[in-house]
Amino acid sequence: MRCKKCTSLNILKSGDIRRLSWEELAVGYSFDFSVIFAAWPQLLYGCWLTLVISAKAMAMGFAIGLICVVVRRTGVGPLVWLVKAFIEIIRNTPFPVQAFFIYLGLPTIGIRLSPDTAAVIALGLNGGAYAAEIIRGGVESVQRGQIEAGRALGLNGFQVFRYIILRPALRVSFPALASQFILLMLTSSVVASISATELASIGQQLESTTFRSFEVYLTLTALYLGMSATLTAIFATTERVFFSYPTR
Amino acid sequence: MVQTLGFNQILILLEAFRWTLALAAIAFVCGAVGGLGIALIRTSVFGVLRRAAATFIIVFQGTPLLMQLFVIYYGLPLLNVTVNAWIAVAIGLTLHASAYLGEIWRSTIMAMPKGQEEAAKALGLKYWDRTVYIVLPQALRMALPSTVGFLVQLIKGTSLAAIIGFTELTRAGQIVSNATYQPLIVFSLVGALYFALCWPLSHFSFNLEKRFANAR
Repeated sequence: MRCKKCTSLNILKSGDIRRLSWEELAVGYSFDFSVIFAAWPQLLYGCWLTLVISAKAMAMGFAIGLICVVVRRTGVGPLVWLVKAFIEIIRNTPFPVQAFFIYLGLPTIGIRLSPDTAAVIALGLNGGAYAAEIIRGGVESVQRGQIEAGRALGLNGFQVFRYIILRPALRVSFPALASQFILLMLTSSVVASISATELASIGQQLESTTFRSFEVYLTLTALYLGMSATLTAIFATTERVFFSYPTR
Repeated sequence: MVQTLGFNQILILLEAFRWTLALAAIAFVCGAVGGLGIALIRTSVFGVLRRAAATFIIVFQGTPLLMQLFVIYYGLPLLNVTVNAWIAVAIGLTLHASAYLGEIWRSTIMAMPKGQEEAAKALGLKYWDRTVYIVLPQALRMALPSTVGFLVQLIKGTSLAAIIGFTELTRAGQIVSNATYQPLIVFSLVGALYFALCWPLSHFSFNLEKRFANAR
């Protein structure tokens, strides 16, 4: 176990200075990653769960974002106000508070959610508010002339939105949406605190059985870094493949 | 014993709110110093340092803030530094802020028109004079909207200290909610307090951005 003083004393007594590794000299603590290697399958499963939760939440967030944008374009006063309030509230309060509100608060008015569902909904609502602003930015970048041209060709409102506004808007907002997805994946580490199952909660279980807190969290951090690096690479490729068509 | 949600409970929340403010202020001030260093290193001529700073930014932007806090909280004792949750969280948030502010300021420094620095060089100004009198005043001004925007992120980030076990606003909310069994109202109140702090800042950032965009 961790007994900093004894290890260094014993080694000094033995008189063999070369046996002091750098780690022991520097911090008097020997790292033990073996317990973490033993739990490798669990940790990889945790990565998978994190990606699944994030993907579900992002799909929900994208849908919410799209709905918000469409509602704002309709210009119906109260609805626009409602969407604006939703976006401002989500963007100006911390995610943990939103998660606690949904998981712990809603049951008191009879809405009982399982931890995993609550996690996806909390992340989805959070992502939705940000996605709404990103997509709106993309939609506003479409020039008026394009829309007027579409109307002149006899397209109806839906067709104009679908074919003339949305496609270029998504092209413009894709990089921001991609980094939003990565941020959402990183934020998902918080849902362990409402007892949802993903990488961070599997890490916490591992910590409570092995007592190797530092090693566990260092490994988790590395795994998250690996996931975000992989996603960054995948999104960069996606952008090149799907959105590299010439615009003029 | 179940407490009723009254004036005392709200007082607990307000008292904890001061810690949220203190954490955010410390992390922002220390992070600004660190961020300035990172931004200057990232735009310097020293290749190795530049790569080191870039790695620092990638690691801190590519991992969850919560994990960073845990690693620091459990890692510092291994260096024989005894820390309480408060110090660990302050250090964690400072490093986090350094990485983000460094990246924001690097981008505005690099977005500066080349002519500015060339003119300063032609006038015979040394690196520090160029940086302090020519580059930074303009670059930091340009970065003001995103810097205020990041401050909002940072204030929201302090809520993660609750998970480490430091009693700031969110943790106080959990405690009060457990004591009163009224999570819906308590977390609404907690959210409202954060909102009261963050919303004006977001608005300010948005207005700055609009004003700068019009000025261009």
